[in-house]
Amino acid sequence: MSLAFDDYGRPYIILRDQGQKKRMKGLEAYKSNILAAKAVANTLSSSLGPKGMDKMLVSPDGDVSVTNDGATIVEKMEIQHPTAKLLVELSQSQDAEIGDGTTGVVVLAGKLLEQALTLLDKGIHPLKISDGFDRACDVAIKHLETISEEIDIQANDNEALVQAACTALGSKVVSKRKRELGKIAVTAVLDVADLARRDVNLDLIKIQTKTGGSVEDTRLISGILIDKDMSHPQMPKEVKDAKICLLTCPFEPPKPKTKHNINISSADDYKKLYLQEQQYFVDMVKLVKNSGANIALCQWGFDDEANHLLLQNELPAVRWVSGTDVELIAMATGARIIPRFQEITPEKLGKAGCVKEVQFGTSNERMLVIENCQCTKAVTILIRGGSQMIVDEAKRSIHDAICVIRNLIKDNRIVYGGGSAELACAIQVLQYADEVSSVEQYAIRSFADALEGIPCCLADNCGLNPITSVAQAKALQLKENNPRIGIDCMELGTIDMKEQRIYETLSSKKQQIQLATQVVKMILKIDDVIAPDDY
Amino acid sequence: MDIVGNVLPQVLKDEATEDKGEMARLQSFVGAIAVADLVKTTLGPKGMDKILKPTGPGQEMTHITVTNDGATILKSMYVENPAAKILIEISKTQDEEVGDGTTTVAVLAGELLREGEKLIQKRIHPQHVIAGWRIARDVALKRLRDISSENDIESQEFHNDLVKIARTTLSSKLITQDRDYFADLCVKAVLRLKGSSNLDYIQIIKLPGGTIRDSYLDDGFILKKQITIGCKRRIENAKILVANTAMDYDKIKIYGTKVKVNSMDKVAEIEAAEKEKMKHKVDKILKYQPTVFVNRQLIYNYPEQLLADSGITVIEHADFEGMERVAAATGAEILSTFDAPERRDSVLGHCDLIEEIMIGEEKMIKFTGCKKNEACTIVLRGSSIHILDEVDRSIHDVLCVLTTTVKNRRVVWGGGNSEMQMAAACEEEAKKVQGKQALAIEAYARALRQIPTIICDNGGYDSAELIQNFNVELQKGNLTFGLNMNDGTIGDMQELGVKECMRVKEQAVMAASEAAELIMRVDDIVKCAPRKRDRA
Repeated sequence: MSLAFDDYGRPYIILRDQGQKKRMKGLEAYKSNILAAKAVANTLSSSLGPKGMDKMLVSPDGDVSVTNDGATIVEKMEIQHPTAKLLVELSQSQDAEIGDGTTGVVVLAGKLLEQALTLLDKGIHPLKISDGFDRACDVAIKHLETISEEIDIQANDNEALVQAACTALGSKVVSKRKRELGKIAVTAVLDVADLARRDVNLDLIKIQTKTGGSVEDTRLISGILIDKDMSHPQMPKEVKDAKICLLTCPFEPPKPKTKHNINISSADDYKKLYLQEQQYFVDMVKLVKNSGANIALCQWGFDDEANHLLLQNELPAVRWVSGTDVELIAMATGARIIPRFQEITPEKLGKAGCVKEVQFGTSNERMLVIENCQCTKAVTILIRGGSQMIVDEAKRSIHDAICVIRNLIKDNRIVYGGGSAELACAIQVLQYADEVSSVEQYAIRSFADALEGIPCCLADNCGLNPITSVAQAKALQLKENNPRIGIDCMELGTIDMKEQRIYETLSSKKQQIQLATQVVKMILKIDDVIAPDDY
Repeated sequence: MDIVGNVLPQVLKDEATEDKGEMARLQSFVGAIAVADLVKTTLGPKGMDKILKPTGPGQEMTHITVTNDGATILKSMYVENPAAKILIEISKTQDEEVGDGTTTVAVLAGELLREGEKLIQKRIHPQHVIAGWRIARDVALKRLRDISSENDIESQEFHNDLVKIARTTLSSKLITQDRDYFADLCVKAVLRLKGSSNLDYIQIIKLPGGTIRDSYLDDGFILKKQITIGCKRRIENAKILVANTAMDYDKIKIYGTKVKVNSMDKVAEIEAAEKEKMKHKVDKILKYQPTVFVNRQLIYNYPEQLLADSGITVIEHADFEGMERVAAATGAEILSTFDAPERRDSVLGHCDLIEEIMIGEEKMIKFTGCKKNEACTIVLRGSSIHILDEVDRSIHDVLCVLTTTVKNRRVVWGGGNSEMQMAAACEEEAKKVQGKQALAIEAYARALRQIPTIICDNGGYDSAELIQNFNVELQKGNLTFGLNMNDGTIGDMQELGVKECMRVKEQAVMAASEAAELIMRVDDIVKCAPRKRDRA
């Protein structure tokens, strides 16, 4: 610990409570950080690729989830080590930005750190290493752009999009049905996509899960599914040509925000109050009814009396609709969200072709489907599966697929998967390394090695001999000058990824390499860790 | 520590653990197989029951459950092992989805994993095993659909099918000796629903006393309530008003209201006003001219007396479900306001006869000849509440299976026939498939064949011999053969009339394969530090 001495040789303390703090400096700090980050990357590395394995995570409350999604794994691992946490954030930012490749980014960071450790042992200064990585990263990115290809996303019945979705789903537990699910995801995204602006608002795709059935029963509903039923058991179960009144005020007497008291001091007052109270409900229902609405969706609850009045007035209603659903319905049906009964006007109603209750299984659970909305821009993917865990995992997988499709719509450049892009970059970086005359040369060369680690890891997970297959692919890439040679994970008999049609988006790959390099640089800059002792 | 011996920094929280590779796999296999073995002995007509005894302090300690139902057993178990939890989860889903086959699904998943473990030991990569299982599953399901048959819903054959399915389902339950009686009873109840799968209309009332044989199906609707004293006990041609309204006193719903008075007189006035308000409500109700008034909430003496004076029979405090059923059965609307007496005809329910009856020692209200004739009641009798609970679960299973059959209509032969045929289909497929997957397909066939084997074992018969002979019969082309668990032989299921619902089998195979695959894919288990609970 840092101790300083004053003029008289008495020690004094610089850090507050330093006796209770733990401190690591210099090489010790570098190594400890790198080892911690590597430990996380090691856990994830076996999940990479189409034959990657899953992780079983037990939450503090004993709930089990099984997943293959990198971001979810690191999030649920509840990592405590400060540097390892950086990797968690790395995976999450990839998830937020791109939505896919969350495992790959962490594995790449792990490989880079592994290389950095060797370089540190050689006595190269961390800043030189990070500079070298930086330059190598630029080269790799540039090369990625040159080898990328533009594809026509709409050609051949959106075949390219389906293929890309299949690549994203290939590594998940639902891979058996990747084609069907891929198609569902593509249709969903295209339904809500604004192709002119090349933009997709993912909020318009609702993913609803429901245990039961099997993954095959997953389907796309061109409308909105909400996990609610009609407020009164005897209301009609189906409303055709629905005019939807979207309310965010409860069917109850108003509760003014100001604190107030109404004092009743005579029987007359009491009776008046009673009449007034009854009037409230009648008025509310009348206001809704008069606007021409034939179904009311409300974010809040109903009083029994109001509920019955709604039934009596043949006005089906749904209560406790969640806030996000209310917004989604508003967007899809063109309804305006109405916060006060007085403001209900016919123009503010949303329109939909049909609102109906559907039932699942034996346990009598019902959900409400709003179909053929006026502005048809919202869809729901209803995911089914044998157990909660499968359903949850399928939800994460479909989310990944949707993100990939969105990215392709935004930017239709692709690179080929199966480790081919990484390998091509590695070759390029290696060539560049020889041109650098300073110490960075070593770091750049290591960067290339780290990039090769990805196809290595893929091959390993597929049960192939990693060294042979990577060497073979690399040699072939150099010989034929073909950047599409990768690892044949699916054992289809060809190592040309174009033939295997393994697509990955350029944006995702670029982001992976950039983010991983950034995090590694950050970790390499830490030379001092001060933490409370019991941390 | 890593391989070189460096001490790794602690990445996870204290008390959190991480198991990788073989260790992780071992853990999940052991857990899942243990759970499957636990429920294994309840499988089949000769399966045994389990006693579930709750832990924890207090009264609940003494309430034990005796059951044969897989879902109930698994649900009540507290397990730590994550893989075991997955099995419990699928069993629950099976229960919700089709209602029966909850034991089968857990056992099948367990057997699949047991076979999977052997393959892993032979150094076959889990992904290969999964690839094989997936092929096998599709082949098995295809065969299942091929061997199933369908009858027209109106036909007598379909009715017979239903009775046979009910008998088969009941044969593994406590009431197996009375299965003909109960099968008939359940089929009648389900057919009343006319194709709807809403089991709400079938009410099950459990009353200790008598024997199981005294249970019966009542074509009316029985409400477990009493008619208020001073009212007529028998009403013919009843007009029923079903309400959900406060009949004790009307709470003022306007926010912030307080009653403040400065003299005793005023109190009396308010009291009178309150009374008047209630009278007013009763008057409004009377305008509907009901002969019976059913309310969900409490009714205080005053309004009760007013209603009784007008010759209306009052039933108070019906629970919510009961209310909904009364409303559905009699075609009444549930009212909360009473301002539109002109809608009288459409809101009032109707039934031919309401009377108070005694079942055992309890008084109940029976509605016969309801407007909508779908509702009915199954009254279960039995010597103890434990038996009744178990019978209730069994009847629920049967009803679920029957409604599923009514919806799906496809049936297969029972007695392990479908499993053996599926296994045969897998074996045929395995001969055609190239690569290591074939081993996994064979393993799948073995796991499927374990189900009839376990059924035999549970019956105390020589499973090895029976299953072999069974297989030979199938190879000979006797495709309707199956296990005759009464005699411990194999026999023609067509003669014995053992049928099962295809949908239940289908769902069981699908769910079990999905779960096994899920567990198989895991190579790493991370357990977070358990949340600290403060004992407040």
